[in-house]
Amino acid sequence: MNEIVYLDNNATTMVPPEVVDAMLPFLGSRYGNPSSMHDFGGDVSDDVERARDSVRRMLGADNDYEIVFTSGATESDNLAIMGTLSYHKDKRHVITTRVEHPAVLNLCRQLERQGYRVTYVPVDARGNLDLHYLFEAVDDDTAIVSVMYANNETGVLFPVEEIGAFLKERGIPFHVDGVQAVGKVPIDVNKINCDYFAISGHKFHAPKGTGALYVRRGTRMRPMQHGGHQERGRRPGTLNVPGIVAMGKAADLAMEHLKEEDHVAVLRDRLEKGLLKRFPNASLNGDPTLRVPNTTNIGFEFVEGEAILLYLNEKGIAASSGSACSSGSLEPSHVLRAMGVPFTSAHGSIRYSLSRYTTEKEIEYTLSVMPEVIEKLLELSPFWDNEKKEGKPVTGISC
Amino acid sequence: MWDYTGKVKELYKAPKNVGVIPDADVVAEVGSIVCGDALTLYLKLDGEKIIDAKFQTFGCGSAIASSSALTEMVMGKTLDEAAKITNKDIVEYLGGLPEQKMHCSVMGQEALTKALKKLKGETVEEEEEVEGEIVCQCFGVTDTLIKKVVRENDLSTVEDITNYTKAGGACGSCLHKIEDILHEERKNMAEENIAVKPEKKPLTNIKRMQLVEETITDIVRPILQRDGGNIELVDIDGKKVMVRLLGNCANCVISDVTLKNLVQDKLREFVEDDIEVIEQVQV
Repeated sequence: MNEIVYLDNNATTMVPPEVVDAMLPFLGSRYGNPSSMHDFGGDVSDDVERARDSVRRMLGADNDYEIVFTSGATESDNLAIMGTLSYHKDKRHVITTRVEHPAVLNLCRQLERQGYRVTYVPVDARGNLDLHYLFEAVDDDTAIVSVMYANNETGVLFPVEEIGAFLKERGIPFHVDGVQAVGKVPIDVNKINCDYFAISGHKFHAPKGTGALYVRRGTRMRPMQHGGHQERGRRPGTLNVPGIVAMGKAADLAMEHLKEEDHVAVLRDRLEKGLLKRFPNASLNGDPTLRVPNTTNIGFEFVEGEAILLYLNEKGIAASSGSACSSGSLEPSHVLRAMGVPFTSAHGSIRYSLSRYTTEKEIEYTLSVMPEVIEKLLELSPFWDNEKKEGKPVTGISC
Repeated sequence: MWDYTGKVKELYKAPKNVGVIPDADVVAEVGSIVCGDALTLYLKLDGEKIIDAKFQTFGCGSAIASSSALTEMVMGKTLDEAAKITNKDIVEYLGGLPEQKMHCSVMGQEALTKALKKLKGETVEEEEEVEGEIVCQCFGVTDTLIKKVVRENDLSTVEDITNYTKAGGACGSCLHKIEDILHEERKNMAEENIAVKPEKKPLTNIKRMQLVEETITDIVRPILQRDGGNIELVDIDGKKVMVRLLGNCANCVISDVTLKNLVQDKLREFVEDDIEVIEQVQV
């Protein structure tokens, strides 16, 4: 196989030719500024608004003005949380989860340094959120609750509708980081009852540097940057027209192809079942049912994740790992640790994330390559008995 | 993607000397599966000369490459010659390692040092393979190792030390201690004098209470709060410290472990080494 087998779609996705074609004119002859008075700019504005409408429909929102274009989900998350806190200055409590993306988690850590109280809601061994804990944590001082829809490492879906209903009753702003759900499951911000919903273009086949924040009509927030009138003053700065148009096209495609996600799930399940059957020491990280169709996270025991990735890379397969070594930090992923995944398999955890462009052939190829990769590393491992073909008892549980 | 050299790539793709030597003269194990990397080194001797070396490694690409390099480097050397190999030599052999991966070369050197010590008949405690005082609790890194890497690699920042030894790379609560050790060792290096550690004086009751309070407020509480817990200092009676665990910690199934491993250890570390912590259960 000469081409790359790309199973890292939760990291970023391919920009298909239709999306590239849609954006190209705006990198060339149609360079007008949508804010200009003349038709050369004004015509471009029409394309931007069409893209806004596509994103609105994808999220099930009522009004186009509820969509604010940003540079990506990190900005969207920051805008939702900081924008709310700077409006409701008297409220000093934020609720989020232990398994959020760094875009939210590190913002919350920063808020703690500034004197905010932050509650990090735990998850169980399958990565499911402790809803009771979240509900109990809400009090009069709570300014905002920020919860991801789907986890980027395990794909586990959180019950955002239940949370939304609970918070709506109490009038507490609710932000959903929807990055990993968009294009994989149907989205309806009205069903969720959220006030904010963050998305990132490059996770659903638009280019990098594009994103949006849904802001429910009437939501009280302050902008985080100051400048022109763009996006009704909520996100000043000349619009990234090529990126926005591309994201609009990608949103159209995502809606059109949503039904194909069942097929993605079939391929994902084939990969997952194949691996778990072939490696008795491997285990699934995350709830097998309550998750997006494209993700599986598997922990291989006695071998280390970065080494697996490097060997897969040699075979032309791109995946991702929650191991400490591959991230440059020294501890395995905060998500796996929050789930209590034992260190023995957390270090050897691999995330495979598919897309609608993943083929059966690619999955079969991956299944055929994995045994030699794992076996080669087991042979190297001091924790594996090559004679008996079994793991050695682990001694010394601390570092 | 890491910026690995061609040599590192070559060696993790096709590592040399993988496996066990059944009749090895010495076997040295360092690291653990919990830490994320571990190395077992086997050496076979003919008199004073190393005639065979094999390894098994659990770890990332650079850990595998460092282990492979180590076995190639010691092969054919006398024990005295092998003793001179430092982690720096391993890095050089590999044509360099990313800063964050320096600890892989240190692991190689540690295994070699341990093997050579065992051969000399020096006692190596298998359970606690530590020399010196543990500075970084998360990764079990001692002051001895920190001083050694500072000296041998001419390190000048705390970040360097984390990259080389992992110390301070997880909870970060020992970073100030690492900084102190760094300053001390840099000073020593400048003066080329051997450090004399100040002796601990017995504490007065007032001083002890003050230190207990400070340790709980500045060190223990922030750690517990990260997991949604908290701690209340109830009373101090001589060297007995009564505390109450709150929040998540209170009904945590491992509250006993928290009490002994965290609260008591920290108090013993920062106050006195015979402090006893007693939990007051909430009625």
